[in-house]
Amino acid sequence: MTSSLTYSNAELLAILRDTRSVAMVGASPKWNRPSSFAMKYLQEKGYRVIPINPGHAGKEILGETVYASLADIPDSFDMVDIFRNSEAAGPIVDEAIAVAKEKGIKVIWMQLGVINQAAAERAEAAGLTVVMDRCPKIEFGRLHSELSWGGFNSGIISAKRRRVRL
Amino acid sequence: MTTDDPFKRGNRDFGFETRMIHAGTQPEPVTGARQTPIFQNTSYVFHDADHAASLFNLQTFGFIYSRLTNPTVAALEERLANLEGGRGGTCCASGHAAQILAFFALMEPGDRFIASTRLYGGSITQLGKTFKKFDWQADFVDVDDPAAVRRALTPKTKAIFVESLANPGGVVSDLEALAAVAREAEIPLIVDNTMATPYLCRPFDWGADIVVHSTTKFLSGNGTSVGGAVIDSGRFDWAAGGKFPGLGAPEPAYHGLNFQETFGDMAFTMQAHAVGLRDLGATMAPMNAFLTLLGTETLSLRMERHCANAKQVAEFLEGHPQVAWVSCAALASSPYHALAQKYLPLGAGSVFTLGLKGGYAAGVKMVEACELLSHLANIGDVRSLILHPASTTHRQLNEAQLAAAGAGPEVVRLSIGLETVDDIIADLDQALAAAASAT
Ligand SMILES: Cc1ncc(COP(=O)(O)O)c(C=O)c1O
Repeated sequence: MTSSLTYSNAELLAILRDTRSVAMVGASPKWNRPSSFAMKYLQEKGYRVIPINPGHAGKEILGETVYASLADIPDSFDMVDIFRNSEAAGPIVDEAIAVAKEKGIKVIWMQLGVINQAAAERAEAAGLTVVMDRCPKIEFGRLHSELSWGGFNSGIISAKRRRVRL
Repeated sequence: MTTDDPFKRGNRDFGFETRMIHAGTQPEPVTGARQTPIFQNTSYVFHDADHAASLFNLQTFGFIYSRLTNPTVAALEERLANLEGGRGGTCCASGHAAQILAFFALMEPGDRFIASTRLYGGSITQLGKTFKKFDWQADFVDVDDPAAVRRALTPKTKAIFVESLANPGGVVSDLEALAAVAREAEIPLIVDNTMATPYLCRPFDWGADIVVHSTTKFLSGNGTSVGGAVIDSGRFDWAAGGKFPGLGAPEPAYHGLNFQETFGDMAFTMQAHAVGLRDLGATMAPMNAFLTLLGTETLSLRMERHCANAKQVAEFLEGHPQVAWVSCAALASSPYHALAQKYLPLGAGSVFTLGLKGGYAAGVKMVEACELLSHLANIGDVRSLILHPASTTHRQLNEAQLAAAGAGPEVVRLSIGLETVDDIIADLDQALAAAASAT
């Protein structure tokens, strides 16, 4: 069975609602890299983002300590967000499967352009939810009308009044 | 590779009529207002200094200042992007502003682009004369011949620009063939879709990369609001060939941000707001965005009637003894009829031209004799409009350009509105009689 590349709004909303902490593999210390944009945005939305980058282990990115691997993170976390290429995603997924129980990992999320079917199937077989070829920042923004503020086509058609926390 | 349609994202594929009413305009969440509020407002309060910094760095979505983005304008941008099947939209002060904004993202001084010889006369002047002042050089080519377009390409050529259905009318561009030429040359095809609207033609379906609109016309529909829009398909990789440093290389005007790398398929629309509108300043007013949103809510109904009325009027004129020819792609006699059936299957628009046997003098007399049709320089209004291009909109052009643009001295342009079609025909009939007695 191949892992699907289509995700309904409801599925993605549920993932983004139930996730509180994200290990970001490939997080960059440079402010103008895409991973930094995503990390800063997710932090502003209330997520804890834990950067993983072996080259910068022990340093800080956006106020969070950088770890060399998922196993090194002392706390538990809900999601692994992979900012590496499709091939490199394979071993990262295997590492996530290995520590999934211990760390409480429920979701593997691969960034835009990152697709690894074999790894996705292994993760799903291990009971994890997989999203590929998406950016959680863009999906959060799209599903909460913020992408629309920039003139982007969110694809959302709804006459429901969205609940806002005031 | 992605296998799904990125704009559906696994959700229901709503019809055009549903999207023209709902896209971009969910109920306003704070108050529940169902119609889109007019945010008549210049500036937006920051939560704190860090929030302000994130907004200015483009790290978060949100509003800073209405020269860049405004909630009412954004609603129209999303609606138009959705109707065209694009990734994002940028609205601006006019159709001409949209053309500057589109080229500004692509061009460096010394660059060239290919433009159709058959464009709205104002566009020929803007692209051919005014763009020169930015050192952007237009090469005008008869785009009916894709081989001629290919021959006109140079290493400095950065885009091909055409109108889907050309103003003053009757000419349909072979978008699929032109998109193939653009793709080979690794440059974008830009299509002005003003005359067709996304209801009649969707250039992205045929391989275009960018669509521009004068929203002044059919989209707003009632002749209330001058405006423009640039819609990006999100499909062009601006970094790949190294030809578009403003989008695909570190941008000095945005502290070294590489828009393609950071925003992927959102790069063009981000740049068009963050650099284009910021520095060119040709912003759409929120009131105009609101009026244009109202217009789009009835777009399909209006376009159906515009097309039906226009076809009937064209058929009447084609049989009239004072009329030498009618250039309307809806007519079976048109050399563009086959292209119209391919690209405009729901109708060939409502703007077209006719040639009077009585020449320039008859043209002037005919427009002056109309009682119901308004003599003015616009198209795409619910009211029927009439114009003699050679003495008005196209008077900046020389004789060769007039002929190439289909706007010679004997030419009258009509934009057929939504009045009772028999009344439109009766008015034209009496005006033609008056023109005949004058010559
Ligand atoms: C096909 C076309 N493109 C562009 C324009 C320019 O638009 P605006 O007048 O909104 O600047 C016009 C206006 O007549 C037009 O007809």
